[in-house]
Amino acid sequence: MVYPVYVKNYPAPDFNKKEILRYAGVKENISEINALIDECIKELDGKLTYKVCYSEYPVKIISNDIDLTFTAVISKDLAKNLKNCNRFILFAATVGLGVDRLIAKYSALSPAKALIFQAIGAERIESLCDLFNNDIKKEYKAVRPRFSAGYGDLSIEIQKDIFTALNCSKNIGVSLNESLLMSPSKSVTAIIGIANDSDCAGENGCFSCKKTDCEFRRENEN
Amino acid sequence: MKIKEYLKDNLIFLDGGMGTLLQANGLRAGELPERWNKTYPEVITAIHKAYFDAGSNVVSTNTFGANSLKFSDDELEEIIKCAAQNAKKAKEQSVGAKEKWIALDIGPTGRMLKPYGDFDFEDAVKVFSKTVNLGVKYGVDLVFIETMNDSYETKAAVLAVKENCDLPVFVSNAYGEDGTLMTGANPKAMVAMLEGLGVDAIGVNCSFGPKKLAPVVEEYLKYSSIPVLLEPNAGLPKVVDGKTVYDVLPEEFSSDVSALIKNGVRIAGGCCGTTPDYIKALVEKTKGQAPVQIEKKNFSMVSSYTHAVEFDAKPILIGERINPTGKKKFKEALKANDIDYILKEGVSQQEKGVHILDVNVGLPEIDETKMLTTAVKELQAIIDLPLQIDTSNILAMEKALRVYNGKAMVNSVNGKKESMEAVFPLVKKYGGLVVCLTLDENGIPEKAEDRLNIAKKILAKANEYGIDKKDLIFDPLALTISADKNAGVETLKAVKLIKEKLGANTSLGVSNVSFGLPERDIINGNFFTLALYNGLSAGIVNPYSNEIMKAYHAFRAINGLDNNFEKYIKFTENLPRQTTVAVDTTTKTTDSGEYKSELQKAIIKGLKEQASAITKELLLTEKPLDIVQNEIIPALNIVGVGFENKTVYLPQLLMSAEASKSAFERIKESMSDGKTANKCAFVIATVKGDIHDIGKNIVKLLLENYGFNVCDLGRDVSPETVAEKTIELKAPIVGLSALMTTTVPAIEQTIKLLREKAPWCKIVVGGAVLNKEYADMIGADKYAKDAMETVRYAEEINNSL
Repeated sequence: MVYPVYVKNYPAPDFNKKEILRYAGVKENISEINALIDECIKELDGKLTYKVCYSEYPVKIISNDIDLTFTAVISKDLAKNLKNCNRFILFAATVGLGVDRLIAKYSALSPAKALIFQAIGAERIESLCDLFNNDIKKEYKAVRPRFSAGYGDLSIEIQKDIFTALNCSKNIGVSLNESLLMSPSKSVTAIIGIANDSDCAGENGCFSCKKTDCEFRRENEN
Repeated sequence: MKIKEYLKDNLIFLDGGMGTLLQANGLRAGELPERWNKTYPEVITAIHKAYFDAGSNVVSTNTFGANSLKFSDDELEEIIKCAAQNAKKAKEQSVGAKEKWIALDIGPTGRMLKPYGDFDFEDAVKVFSKTVNLGVKYGVDLVFIETMNDSYETKAAVLAVKENCDLPVFVSNAYGEDGTLMTGANPKAMVAMLEGLGVDAIGVNCSFGPKKLAPVVEEYLKYSSIPVLLEPNAGLPKVVDGKTVYDVLPEEFSSDVSALIKNGVRIAGGCCGTTPDYIKALVEKTKGQAPVQIEKKNFSMVSSYTHAVEFDAKPILIGERINPTGKKKFKEALKANDIDYILKEGVSQQEKGVHILDVNVGLPEIDETKMLTTAVKELQAIIDLPLQIDTSNILAMEKALRVYNGKAMVNSVNGKKESMEAVFPLVKKYGGLVVCLTLDENGIPEKAEDRLNIAKKILAKANEYGIDKKDLIFDPLALTISADKNAGVETLKAVKLIKEKLGANTSLGVSNVSFGLPERDIINGNFFTLALYNGLSAGIVNPYSNEIMKAYHAFRAINGLDNNFEKYIKFTENLPRQTTVAVDTTTKTTDSGEYKSELQKAIIKGLKEQASAITKELLLTEKPLDIVQNEIIPALNIVGVGFENKTVYLPQLLMSAEASKSAFERIKESMSDGKTANKCAFVIATVKGDIHDIGKNIVKLLLENYGFNVCDLGRDVSPETVAEKTIELKAPIVGLSALMTTTVPAIEQTIKLLREKAPWCKIVVGGAVLNKEYADMIGADKYAKDAMETVRYAEEINNSL
């Protein structure tokens, strides 16, 4: 069986100011900060690319032993996420190096702007993942919330196998460094389980996370 | 026959995809295809043979990812040995009279180079070198570097080939949807860099089908003086009945590629999804098609990691400000290793519109080689302008050219034998557009004709090294008119002569001309205008000078070089008016409301420009230190306490800190000793192995605000450097930061060394991976959860001194 890797380019998703503020750790509307965000968004224009590469694999789960086809892992949390799934989408997404360059530039010149670019970068990549996620949802109907290496008990070590399987470096220009961090930094890899049934309930973003004192936690369920 | 010779009069056909065929033969997802050289040699040989049979002249070994990052040294050798053997076997088995060669295939390492990844440039050169040496050992005919999506890694791979063998090297890059490499370079920039590095063929592979790659290929054909190669994908993949199929079939593929061969492509094959059928169709389609002869192009170019700057009819501005000559503040910054100062100069010159940045960091007291290399690396991390490496230190020049990501401008060589023999080999090896000063052993000739003669001598010598005229730019030297009233005239004459007689580019360090005269800008601007009218290609100028910029924009406008006067109009909009409007009067008259004063309001609201302007006004009536005590410190405290009480958010805290910093800068200017720091020294660094420094910079900014004498050692700093600086400054506090779990041990080592060498100092740590328990475990004195906590701790230490 062959598992081809597809590459998709997306147009820029709309900016979500609320999310940018959340990533910047700001919980209310403050005009000076909004002005700074607008300035940064303007400066970012044309400097990002929105790329996703992905592949579909079968999965077999026996208790917490998960055969993901491209690799095998033991994870209680992923097993729970993939319950009733016999296949899944593995994807990697990135918005490119542009925002990393701006973060580096302003890290020296204006830490306030660097921080805002961090927040915008986080919002950009999450928005890209949401776009992709929606496409998958449309195609496969019952899908699980995306699950990344490092969530719950899923070891971040799995990144190595993901990068080999998707050939991220070649396909979308994302590489993995020795500490298993990705470059460009605004990149995500994740698994989206495809359920056999119509059961797409599962987790609910921040509210399924046990870390309740996280400063980035959403205030309301959305 | 040697491939380079064959290439002169023939098209060369490469092979097609390997990965897709291996998958069809059972390669599993996640399995490393290079291992198949050992485990399934017959499969690999059969694929190579099928390509030779289909008409390929060159097959690439199955070694795309064969490097020492993925395999142990022993396994790597085994893989490359087997890979070469498999290809050789196929070559022997394939009958047919055509010429056949074997290329060592080299793909990207899969690691991102610093500063955006953690992989050092020289380490990349080493990794590629290992693969190259094994390829040479097992008898390949050429090296094929392919699918590279980063210009910097491409350069590392090319250097590895050039430094380890004499084999021909073909280089192919993979472009994205937007027609640039993943790290930003456009085709013109890649042509400039790779031609400079002296490779034998350049081109494009992977990503898309031939139609979509055509625009990129056309750019290569337009600028390249060496053979252009093309290996497109068979379009895009889709799955039909459990099998991957590609949407461009051999017929369409071959007619698209042969159309590009008609336009000048000399080397062609296929990438993902292509099979021997595609090559066969292509060879048949192009039967009898004569190769297009390769024209030598005459573009004088330098490049950065994004774009090339071409020296043509439009004058080029080279920013001169990164140069300590005559700049006290810059000298101090260099001595203090203050890289931010250099970065700021770079960014503001770019904002003024220069095309290239001159980088000169020569100072007797510092290690110029180290500083120049650092400056080049740091500048190219954040600024996309090509750099001009400006040094007379040959070692520094070589190191800087080596780490430069693109084709640099080199400043300079002169007519002295010794200079040419030192500089030209470097330009030949690394590429570059070199500034040639028309002086020699006998000094600078007075007469323009004699300067032309030196230019001729330099040109002849450069040709001996294989450096073309297009890669030389002559500087006939702007001498000081106050010392010799005819100096200006002779220089202008020399510019004209060199342009007319040699057809070569010229540049001048414009500002020299006015030395010793009052209002130098007036002379500089007019001299620049005259030089441009005499054919000057580029000026090394001060872009903050309005007279220079007026001369530049007017010249462009008058000579029809500025479409719709767009640049000129934009320039005039930003010109200072005759009457000075220093502070926005509306802000002055507005009620400061809940704030104690306008300056406090500006700081608390984080308004940089206003804070600076108001401070300037205040300085007319108040003492600098009073402003600090009565205005800035109270405002900072309001924000700081607000942050601690969670009523002020981090971005606000930072905006306020930046605003007060801009106020401090005004105050510094007005004080004779230029020092506002009145608290103790604080040494700060991101530890060895860690390149994340945004947190550290935030802490630094706040500490400076609160009057600490901060010594910022930067990121990726060794324990030894931290200890040395702490001892030198007898610093009572050291702050260390780390973001990655892998660098926590580095913090621990640094603490250990500090305890031994600088037992007096207190150590505060912070960063994403740390917490109080960790901090205690590794022996820090204090864990600070954020910048304000660090400030409070530092104040505590300072007060106890």
